[in-house]
Formats: sequence, C-alpha cells, structure tokens
Amino acid sequence: MATSAKDFGERPNRIDELGRTVVHEGELLRHTVYTRVLHWLVGIFFFLALLSGFGIYLPWIFRLFTPLLGGGSTTRMWHPWFGLGFVIFFGLQVLNWKGLMRWTDADTRWMRNIKSYIRNEDPVEAPDVGFFNAGQKLQFWEIAIGCVALLVTGLMMWFPEIFGRVAVMISYVIHDVFALIMLAGIFIHVYLSTIGEPHTFQSMTKGTVREDWAWTHHPAWFQRITGRDPRKALEEKRARLNRERIE
Amino acid sequence: MSNRSTLQIVQISGHPGPVPGQGVQRQDQVCKLVDTTTCIGCKACEVACVEWNDMPFQQTYFSNTYQTMPETNWNYWNLIKFNEHEGKDGTMQWLMRKDQCMHCADPGCLKACPADGAIVQYSNGIVDFQQDNCIGCQYCVAGCPFNIPRFNQSTKKVYKCTLCSDRVSEGLEPACIKACPTGCLHFGTKDDMKILADTRVTQLKEHYGMENAGVYDPQGVGGTHVMYVLHDATQPELYGGLPSNPKVPLSFTMWKGFFKPLGLAAAMLTFVGVIFHYVIEGPRRIQPEMPIKSGGSSAEGER
Repeated sequence: MATSAKDFGERPNRIDELGRTVVHEGELLRHTVYTRVLHWLVGIFFFLALLSGFGIYLPWIFRLFTPLLGGGSTTRMWHPWFGLGFVIFFGLQVLNWKGLMRWTDADTRWMRNIKSYIRNEDPVEAPDVGFFNAGQKLQFWEIAIGCVALLVTGLMMWFPEIFGRVAVMISYVIHDVFALIMLAGIFIHVYLSTIGEPHTFQSMTKGTVREDWAWTHHPAWFQRITGRDPRKALEEKRARLNRERIE
Repeated sequence: MSNRSTLQIVQISGHPGPVPGQGVQRQDQVCKLVDTTTCIGCKACEVACVEWNDMPFQQTYFSNTYQTMPETNWNYWNLIKFNEHEGKDGTMQWLMRKDQCMHCADPGCLKACPADGAIVQYSNGIVDFQQDNCIGCQYCVAGCPFNIPRFNQSTKKVYKCTLCSDRVSEGLEPACIKACPTGCLHFGTKDDMKILADTRVTQLKEHYGMENAGVYDPQGVGGTHVMYVLHDATQPELYGGLPSNPKVPLSFTMWKGFFKPLGLAAAMLTFVGVIFHYVIEGPRRIQPEMPIKSGGSSAEGER
C-alpha cells in the first residue's frame, strides 16, 4: 500500500479488515472497505425508496414500478422500511465522513467560482481542493438534512393515527420537496461519478484512484498524501508523455 | 330513488386526462337527510349497515354512553354519536347524530388520493372507494374534514360508507334509511331534501321554540350529500365533533393538483441538464491528456 487509511481521516475498523483494498503502482487508496460497503448500502436503499416512492407520488405515471414490489399497497408498506434503511446507513456515513465534510474557506471560494467548474474552464481543480470539493460537501449535507426531514415527516405519515391529520397534510408536502431535491441530486451524482469525470467510479468499487486523477480533481489531497506538488507532478507526466511521443 | 340507471363517474382520484363518461348523462343529486331531533338512538341503521354490507361484527365495550363504540371502523361505517349536553339553563339534552361519510360535493379524500381510480365520485354525488386501486397511503384520512376513512391493517386498504351505491344504482334507498323506525332518516334528491329540511327547521322554530335550529350543509366542501337538521345549528361541534366549517386542506389542492407534477418535471430537468452538460462541455478528463498529434504541442490536446 502506498498510503495508510489513517491519512484519509477514515478510521480503519473491523469491516475494513473483512475486505481488501489493493493499491497498485500509480494508484492511491481513496475509500476503505467500510466506506464502500456503506455507500452501496445507502445506494441500494435510496433506489428502493425512490422507486417505491414514485409509485406513491404519482401512481398514474409510475404504476409500472409497483408490481415489482408486489402491487400498490405492498409498495406503500415497504416504502417506510426502505426509507429507514436509507436514513440509518446514511447516518453511519455521516459519522464516518463528518471530518472530511467540514466546510472550509477553500469551499466558499470554490462555490464562488462554480461557474468555471461547470464550464470546464480549468481542467485541473484549484490547488486548495482537498479530499472532497465544495460541490460534494454541499450534496452530502443536503442529503443529511434531507434525511432528518424525510425521517420526521415520514414517521408522521407512517403513523397518522398518532400524529393526526394536520401533521400529515404538512408532512406530505415537505416530504415531497426533499425527495425531489434528492432526485435532482442523484442525476448529478451519478453523472459526475461515471461519464462526467472518467476514472472516478473505481474509487467506490476497487477503492483506489489513479494518481493523475488525484492531482486533477483533488490537488490538496494529493499533496497531503504523497507530499508531492500536484502541478509539478502533472507537468512532469506531461513532459514524459511528450518525450515518449517524440521518441 | 329516482336513479335507475348505471352510475356514471364524474371525478376520479389521481387520474390524468378526461374522465370517461363525464357529462354524458344528467343525473339527480341524491341526498340523505338526518333529522337529529327525531333520532331515538335505536341503532337500527347501524345494524342494517353491517347486515347489508355483509361485514363481520367486532367486539366492543361499554363506556357509560349510549354509543356502540368510540369511533366508526373499517367494518362499521355508520355510528350514532351520543352526547349528553347540559344547556345554559340547566336543561339536559341527549344529542344523537348518525355519523357516516358525508359524500361531499368537493371531496377532500378524493383530492388527497394519489392512486388512479381509488376514489371516484358518481354523477349522483356519491363518493365511493375502489379498494382494488387503493394503495393504502391513508392520505384520504388526512384529506377528510369529517374523520371518516378507516384503514384496515390486514388488507392495507381504506374503507368507508358507500351510501349504498349498489342499492342506489338499482333504485333502492340506502339500507340505513330502510331500517329507520322513526322517520328520522330521509332519502331523495338533494333539492327535495333541502325543502324537507327547511320545512322541518321552520316547524322546530315555530312549534318548539328552537330558535337556533338549522340545516347542516357545509359550503366549505361544496355542500354534502348527507344533511342534518340540528336543534342548534350554531354549535355543530356538540354533535360528536361535527366541524362547523369543514374545508379541503390547501396542501392537497395546491400541492397535489399543481406543484406535484411540476416539481417532478423540475427535478427531471437535472437529468436533461447533465446530458447537455456532457454534450456541450464534455467530461472533465484526467490531466494531462494525451496530445492528439504525435510530437505536437501538448497544449493543443488539452481541450
């Protein structure tokens, strides 16, 4: 291993010991086994809750999803349990990542400059972008707040006989709004982690990333882990590539 | 009773597009009139309801009241609510009101229901649940200002009074009306029942000195297809919690009817957005990228 898990602010734990992360030459450890398992558990429960939620949100459009889960009323019966799974595993991820997700001045600068990020004006991230950039942090905390809101409003709709009809009629709108924000967010998340930023996906499967990925997208993290200057590392590789071409 | 034709549907819950059969036929609005001043609390209507709808009877308990059970239930749609009311002058009144679905002209349950076809309104005014399409979300429970729909935990569906739509469509009166021995329950067209109710109210005012007597036909829900004649129409709450100004919750009319599909479309725009981002701006590739021309300047290959 080129680096130890400690450097990532993630404590290795028993689940990490159950699995294995092989870091090859030219790669860095990005996510430990525990983080990856949590991520996919959150993902599974998110999509189960989303698909079953669609069948309750607008059955006249999404009726085709409900037979997968055993029909309309069975879908409705499952939905709160899926949601509960999502909230529990995301809660564990919050405990896991709360340090890495802390907002910094660099994040405020990143958000001010978000237009150039979207427009791809500089193909390399600013030198102060660490383990997560501000966009990732924003989405993370949006989901964390959403989880609390969805849990509270969800419980009110799950047990209307306890909370009463006024609680339900308010909860229902709040629940929908947060679900819609998360729906919009999942498109951005899936896009950026797959085709939008190539070679990102392997960080949540193998757990490793390429060094050139790290200096491109998270220069400050690359510097902290390897002790090398990200811009210099980039220029060195560029020079080497050019040399190889000429030869 | 005049309704001898098949019931036509005018409103369907959670339904996109036009309602099939809407406006095809003119039908009289049916109405139940409950004269609380002549109800003796015999509960014949309760038994008739359970009998006709073939529902299993459940165990209940005695709680020092003339009520059969505290609330209506998924298999008990019709309940005489009982209240021992002491007037300001020290007189005692036994207020009895037949509690069941009010069959609102503007039904909150139907507005709240997201499931296509789970709640329908017939052109004669009856609001009926279609359990086959019900998904058991219980939004109708929150949407109903009269606290009527009841959830069955084992079937995961919601049930309520059908106004005996099966009998009415065959030209019969509802079972409760049929069973009433005192003539406190009336059934007919809404117009006829209004006239009958007004006549009775006039009688109560003039012959019995009930100055506050009146008809309960709340306009907040567009009027109801079950009306009451009350001794004191200024205090409907006395009659087992009858709301004085029932309304369909705004969150169900505004959010569901308008912002819900709009919100979904807005969220889906993100999907369109990322696709166009890929097309217009392209992906953020790992740097440095391989130059296109062998031996050329590396700067050319960057974008």
